[in-house]
Amino acid sequence: MPTTYEPIATTTLGSTAATVSFTSISGSYTDLILIVSGTVNTNSYFALRLNSDTGNNYSNTEMDGNGTSASSNRNSSNNYMYNGSIFTTQTNVINQIQNYSNSTTYKTVLTRSNNAGSIVKASVGLWRSTSAITSIECSTAGANTFSSGSTFTLYGIKAA
Amino acid sequence: MILGILASSQPAAAGDYESIATVTVGSGGSSSINFSSIASDWTHLQLRIIANVSTTDAINIRFNGDTANNYALHRLEGNGSAASASASTTRNNIAILTGAGFASTASTFGASIVDILDYTSTNKAKTTRALSGSDRNGSGGIELDSGLWFATPAAITSINLYPSSGTISQYSHFALYGIKSA
Repeated sequence: MPTTYEPIATTTLGSTAATVSFTSISGSYTDLILIVSGTVNTNSYFALRLNSDTGNNYSNTEMDGNGTSASSNRNSSNNYMYNGSIFTTQTNVINQIQNYSNSTTYKTVLTRSNNAGSIVKASVGLWRSTSAITSIECSTAGANTFSSGSTFTLYGIKAA
Repeated sequence: MILGILASSQPAAAGDYESIATVTVGSGGSSSINFSSIASDWTHLQLRIIANVSTTDAINIRFNGDTANNYALHRLEGNGSAASASASTTRNNIAILTGAGFASTASTFGASIVDILDYTSTNKAKTTRALSGSDRNGSGGIELDSGLWFATPAAITSINLYPSSGTISQYSHFALYGIKSA
């Protein structure tokens, strides 16, 4: 019997790293979910780059609450998708990448990032490409580093 | 209107998260999406949506064909400049992908994940939560919604999704999943 929701790959860092990548992602699923749990050396935006596209084809709209107020910001025409934030204290970043393998629409990513000491954030990111997503690179704004012990798990969800 | 294709004709999926039905909108678009004859085999339901509409309207949700003012919602949203909160206590649907608006660009689709909790209960009003957003490289928005269907409690057996005006665009994709509990 088919499994509907299954892990594709997991990386647990044994040392600090500036980037973590998932490559050769098959088109076997309908949606992808990327769950990151970890810390960084300097508070940063969590950044995605898809299919190694280094062009200014990414944008996002975000909303967060910092314990005092709520705010909303936007990043346009960037060379990374700045969806979510990651901190020097434990943070989780959950990215929902829906219909990733279709070749007709731009790709939209919904992200929730949570850090109990700083902020909660919701963000929607856009990659202006109709290509199927076959690789995902995780990094941070400012080329900071993920800490040893940080985990990155990619799941696939299949639809009927 | 497009009816969801039930997966019941296929072997049951293993695990606790199962695909129930999926709709991909074809050429010409669709005025609504309908998932009907939803079995009570699960504890919660989840809708995973990418969608665009021919206007800037939201997509609305109704349960069991109920068109009366038996719905309410609270919303927190961000438009790229400011965050705001709103509420509606008596309405005839639960709206998602609202103030964020939809894309005027044909290739840019909004996304939404809607959880429908304890959907078979005949004792509780039904609560939904949604994370939705549409970014259009310079515009768009992100929102968190809590919805309530407070009609006389009944198990949800059908879900209707429709825009306030216009049609749901080709390539929009609606997938319904069931989540089991122990």
